[in-house]
Amino acid sequence: MPIFLLRRLLAAIPVLAMVAVIVFALLRLSPGDPAIILAGDGATPEQLNAIRASMGLDKPVMVQFIVWIGHLLRGDLGTSLISGLPVAGMIADRFGPTLALCIGTIVIAVALAIPVGILAAWQQGKLLDRLVMAASVVGFSVPGFIIGYVLILLFARWLGWLPVQGYQPISAGLWPFIERLILPTLTLSTAYIALIARIVRTSVIEVMGEDFIRTARAKGMTEAAVLIRQALGNAAVPIVTIIGVSIAMLIGGVVVTESVFNVPGLGRLVLEAVLARDYPIIQALILLFSMLYVLINLVIDVLYSLLDPRIRY
Amino acid sequence: VLQPTSNIRRTACAVITIMALTLGSATAKAQTITAVMQASLRSLDPVISTADIVRDYGYMVYDTLLALDANHKVQPQMAEKWTVSPDGKTYTFTLRDGLKWHDGTPVIADDCVASIQRWASQDKLGQVMNSLMASMKVVDAKSFSMTFKEPTDIALRALSRPSNLAPFMMPKRVAQTPPGEPITETIGSGPFRFVASEYRPGVQAVFEKFKDYVPRREPASGLAGGKVVKVDRVKWVTMPDPMTAMNAIMSNEVDFIEDVPADLMPMLEHSPDVTLIEYKEQGEQNLARLNFTQPPFSNKLIRQAALLAIDQKDVLQAQGGNPKYYRTCPSVFGCGSLLATDVDDDTPGKGNSAKAAELLKQARYDGTPVVLLDPTDVPALAAMPPVIAQALRKAGFKVQLQAMDWQTVTVRRASREPASKGGWGIFSTFTPLSSVADPVGSQSVAANGPAAWFGWPDVPAIETLRLKLARTSDLAEQKKIATQIQHLVIDDVVVIPLGERSVVTAKRKNVSNQVAASVPVFWNMTKTGE
Repeated sequence: MPIFLLRRLLAAIPVLAMVAVIVFALLRLSPGDPAIILAGDGATPEQLNAIRASMGLDKPVMVQFIVWIGHLLRGDLGTSLISGLPVAGMIADRFGPTLALCIGTIVIAVALAIPVGILAAWQQGKLLDRLVMAASVVGFSVPGFIIGYVLILLFARWLGWLPVQGYQPISAGLWPFIERLILPTLTLSTAYIALIARIVRTSVIEVMGEDFIRTARAKGMTEAAVLIRQALGNAAVPIVTIIGVSIAMLIGGVVVTESVFNVPGLGRLVLEAVLARDYPIIQALILLFSMLYVLINLVIDVLYSLLDPRIRY
Repeated sequence: VLQPTSNIRRTACAVITIMALTLGSATAKAQTITAVMQASLRSLDPVISTADIVRDYGYMVYDTLLALDANHKVQPQMAEKWTVSPDGKTYTFTLRDGLKWHDGTPVIADDCVASIQRWASQDKLGQVMNSLMASMKVVDAKSFSMTFKEPTDIALRALSRPSNLAPFMMPKRVAQTPPGEPITETIGSGPFRFVASEYRPGVQAVFEKFKDYVPRREPASGLAGGKVVKVDRVKWVTMPDPMTAMNAIMSNEVDFIEDVPADLMPMLEHSPDVTLIEYKEQGEQNLARLNFTQPPFSNKLIRQAALLAIDQKDVLQAQGGNPKYYRTCPSVFGCGSLLATDVDDDTPGKGNSAKAAELLKQARYDGTPVVLLDPTDVPALAAMPPVIAQALRKAGFKVQLQAMDWQTVTVRRASREPASKGGWGIFSTFTPLSSVADPVGSQSVAANGPAAWFGWPDVPAIETLRLKLARTSDLAEQKKIATQIQHLVIDDVVVIPLGERSVVTAKRKNVSNQVAASVPVFWNMTKTGE
């Protein structure tokens, strides 16, 4: 296993290098000019040229790339072209809200989707199963921002139980931290509850037809034990896969929820950076997301071998 | 033996607890206005960025030597007074007593000279002022003089101009930053101090009352008069979703929304806790620019056809406008401005497609497609191009509506190539009314060819008149020249005015006394019940 881990981590290096080259090239090929964003609509060509020079954007693209890679290898992500602040600090500032949102979403999604999926599988073809499937179609189909608005209307505007928007770090107190995360987390988790519940149901149904389930029942195991210990355990690999994929999807999917609930996370940062063509921030964030994808895939692979002893690396 | 120590400890604990509670309650009582501004503050150099939000930031943190009052009259602001030499060429400004930078050092004339130099190298009106100036000298710590080659009051107009590059005063060491390089300090002498430690671009910007600020004694009027800060802090928060801002103000999570989108106004109109206030002075002028350097708009008759074809009302309506808050206006200087002229002219903006078709015939329009840039990511901008396209098609133009993001528009419009090689024919945008009010400083009427704004109109007669206006001190004469400029601008179609809309601000009912000015300002504003 350690050799496998080392090999996989080393394999990530060329992946990240390719991502770095592709992102840099795509950004420079796409139209846009951060100098115009900084200077505004009324800047003259001379003013824009002066700003481009101060940003280092007047140099040949190859030189810009070498300078960026050089800084990156020294652990320097550069400074924002628009605000002039260090990119690393800006990302660190925005990482907490997104992490809290993602963890909350996955915890809620897994905590609800697995029992619901098992129940649906157990009641296959019956009313409960049909209700779960119908609800999952709704949960999967309704856009996140609509769910968000409905939750705001219900819990913040009408009932007044929760705030409409914003984020407080955990250092500001546990309840202020949690109360602002409830609605965005519920909004984000809806689609994932639907997705994971469907996969759990399908996987459990598949396993329930296996011989060892019949044997377990014949040995006198209770239905609950059969479902949880035998069926769920053996259906774990596809479930873990979809949870892993969900985490990866979440990283890219938080933009809308962060906007609707005014959560200052990475999703909003990447959107703002793209609209402003703030190259150093976009480059750093894409690299960060790529690293996270690689790590998530690695964790999933490791979990496979823990959940299924037949899988060895 | 332990008893006294324990008592001392107990007393100390009690004192500390009381102090902590007192401090805690003091912090809790700090009056803060939480405001959702129309954009996020990402740049902190008001002499580089022409963005509205950076100008607004400038008026919080910095001060100006002169300012326009509510009646467009120039008033001293940081200046105590100014004197004019008998020949009308030399203006001497004297600073008020007690002016301090936010780091506690006094404001001196040297700072002002350096600030004016940096600003004038960037601003259009400043550049004209520079071209007329013979010298600028520090007289003593509190006064400096500007001497011009001929009698002119341009210094007063330039130094009071509330444009998107307002002449803010900065400490000399900051003002000496090369104009193309953003400044790195946020030290001003304005009524608010920028709290750099709480600044998070794209999230929030926080301002504290600058306790050493000495306001003028006159009541606040426009951007002039006493800037008396009546709250402890102002916090600007960024909310990317306007609907969230609406819900937040109704739930008392924010106090102020600078610019309520027209389609969401009905949500607040009947709210018992929120007031909507219209600020015409902060309004925007919609406008379209034509590319003079490429066919078909290199032909004047075809430009005139485009001008006649578009109906301002349709454009304003498409922006989701509530007719209560928009108006058609043919004046290129904005209706209600000091030099607004021809406000009853019916040439532009009536949507006369029959007359436009006639002109196209006269011009022998050969069907060269008009490339119309359509920025789809900014709702208020995205509404205009489809209406313009429809109006032009109705008149007989062949139109290619090209959808893209605003960033791409900003690059495409800089191209002077033909449409087939990535060029363009028309783009539309909007600009603050305060930026177009002065014909000398307004970029949308400048017609100096390659040096002009995108579209590069080349009409020497307009440039001659603009320079003449810069040299004229008499208001009646200025108005006369402005009328002539208006005629030429419309005749040559340097810009197509597409109507004006007000800024409608939402405020919780416990927030009041906002000064009506061309910029959203927070001095004088009060908040009760906190």
